[in-house]
Amino acid sequence: MIEAIRSAMDVSMARDDNVVVFGEDVGYFGGVFRCTQGLQQKYGKSRCFDTPISELGIVGAAIGMAAYGLRPCVEVQFADYVYPAYDQIVSEAARLRYRSNGEFTCPIVVRMPTGGGIFGGQTHSQSPEALFTHVSGLKVVVPSNPVDAKGLLISSIEDPDPVIFLEPKRLYNGPFDGHHDRPVTPWSKHELGDVPDGHFNIALGKAAIRREGGDVTVLAYGTMVYVAQAACEEKGIDAEVIDLRTLLPLDLETIVASVKKTGRCVIVHEATLTSGFGAELAALVQEHCFYHLQAPIARVTGWDTPYPHAQEWDYFPGPARVGRALQDVMEG
Amino acid sequence: MAVAAKKASAKSKADAKAQAGPVAPKPANFTKEQDLSAYRDMLLIRRFEEKAGQLYGMGFIGGFCHLYIGQEAVVTGMKMSLKDGDQMITAYRDHGHMLAMDMSPRGVMAELTGRRGGYSKGKGGSMHMFSKEKNFYGGHGIVGAQVSLGTGLAFANRYRGNKNVCLTYFGDGAANQGQVYESFNMASLWKLPVVYVIENNRYAMGTSVSRSSAETDFSQRGLSFRIPGLQVDGMDVRAVKSASDLAVDWCRSGKGPIILEMQTYRYRGHSMSDPAKYRSKDEVQKMRSEHDPIEQVKARLTAKKWAGEDELKAIDKEVRDIVADAAEFAQTDPEPDASELWTDIVH
Repeated sequence: MIEAIRSAMDVSMARDDNVVVFGEDVGYFGGVFRCTQGLQQKYGKSRCFDTPISELGIVGAAIGMAAYGLRPCVEVQFADYVYPAYDQIVSEAARLRYRSNGEFTCPIVVRMPTGGGIFGGQTHSQSPEALFTHVSGLKVVVPSNPVDAKGLLISSIEDPDPVIFLEPKRLYNGPFDGHHDRPVTPWSKHELGDVPDGHFNIALGKAAIRREGGDVTVLAYGTMVYVAQAACEEKGIDAEVIDLRTLLPLDLETIVASVKKTGRCVIVHEATLTSGFGAELAALVQEHCFYHLQAPIARVTGWDTPYPHAQEWDYFPGPARVGRALQDVMEG
Repeated sequence: MAVAAKKASAKSKADAKAQAGPVAPKPANFTKEQDLSAYRDMLLIRRFEEKAGQLYGMGFIGGFCHLYIGQEAVVTGMKMSLKDGDQMITAYRDHGHMLAMDMSPRGVMAELTGRRGGYSKGKGGSMHMFSKEKNFYGGHGIVGAQVSLGTGLAFANRYRGNKNVCLTYFGDGAANQGQVYESFNMASLWKLPVVYVIENNRYAMGTSVSRSSAETDFSQRGLSFRIPGLQVDGMDVRAVKSASDLAVDWCRSGKGPIILEMQTYRYRGHSMSDPAKYRSKDEVQKMRSEHDPIEQVKARLTAKKWAGEDELKAIDKEVRDIVADAAEFAQTDPEPDASELWTDIVH
């Protein structure tokens, strides 16, 4: 998935001189996860460069650049580091179009590795997507595989508005289904690891059905797509797994059609429960599918605690917990 | 008008004089006891960190682990000036700071391995540990975040009138975070007893200071807030000690904050997963062979005949035993119970 993300930036930089890529350790070093490796050599230091450790400054400067027609694609080294930049994202990036009567837009992408599964502890494992879905004016993307990562990132860079692009870091090297004690499956052995060369788009706002089924709808994104699929297989439940791909704009149509068909809904995310994006999903499903529901909507999420160091797998909503929820919903 | 201008000029001259900060002192002359103690304390950090690196390689420590090897003289020399009640706060390369504050090697190592005997019961990990008893205020994983907290600790000292000083450590990378300057302004405005110790180890993760910083003389970073600063040879524990004495006295006497730029070097990568390809092996080797903080003291002890081979070996053994005991504890102590997920949480 790292190569796919790099390729998306490479393709975009080749097609449009206005695309610039920068962030901490992004240029010379090639990014801590190597997502920008080689871009500085290829496009020079004026288009791919290192910044100081100044997240607020990085995002603020990107917004200014974007207002004057550039298309900055910046990296915040971990999603956990974005908070100093939150003010600029919320107050400036998300509002520029509205505030200027549409005269200015803010075509920036803020890329961030998100989520846990790598023993990062409380400051390198968080999933802050709901902090951004709560803000009108932003788009929020969470890819779950290399093909999507590339197509969605290209679309994000080409989008006229600010996009928060959250890359589940546990998926960088392969699909991860939550069985942390098993060997890692590389992307080369997965059909969605076969990324087309060159330019292609995957539209923002379109979900993908990863597993068709008739008894229960599972709404997931990022790493949880694979956890949900594993849980369905292990429990032998005829579940439909929807990979949301973008949280804003949300593909409500696909969600509603599925839940109306199955009559049940389980929502899975890694972020904490309270006011998580699952709360919004549950509310929408309830509003749109109330008379079709045969059981209460269930949420399987991280606990309402900081992300722990020692008990990562007790915190992480793995296949066992998802499986139990599926079973409860089927029996309810 | 002319008079006013003259007055203003006189005032600015007076201000400039008031601003003229302290002059960098010469490295202290250590007594035999001080050299022996510095040697032992730095060696403990070095051996502890080497063991942590080994345990990481063996899979006992997961996730992030930032080693302090090479920088030992900084915390060791700074600690020598502290009095009871003085606080210390730092970022994520924090194991050495905790050992310098006399925190238990067992407790620190067990936190690295995520065991219940760790300082945060295993829930914090390498970057997130505290000890109220030892006045260590963490262990912070977010670059620069501790600088504002250290400023607040210093405010609390002044508020309580306790004459204590807070040592607030951060790196050359963190020195570019906005909140550092917000903190500088408040600390100077309110004359807070805080020593900002900038550990300039030349690399902010993989980015060298010259590629990240417009002003690479970090001792000057407080000038527009009227905070004086000194550049210190952070590889020489005596130079650190004398600068620390001066800085701590400066703060204790109510003159407000001061900056010490410690010119130091980390031998290892930023973290265990960093192969450090952004610098040459020669550069690292040169620092190790010409400036190693521990070798400097060892050479002095030998030259002055303050310690013979047997005595140095005895110190070495004492340190190795402590580290071995910590490592053994950290591998055998049980992991926290799953119920600990829900402790120390406010709902």
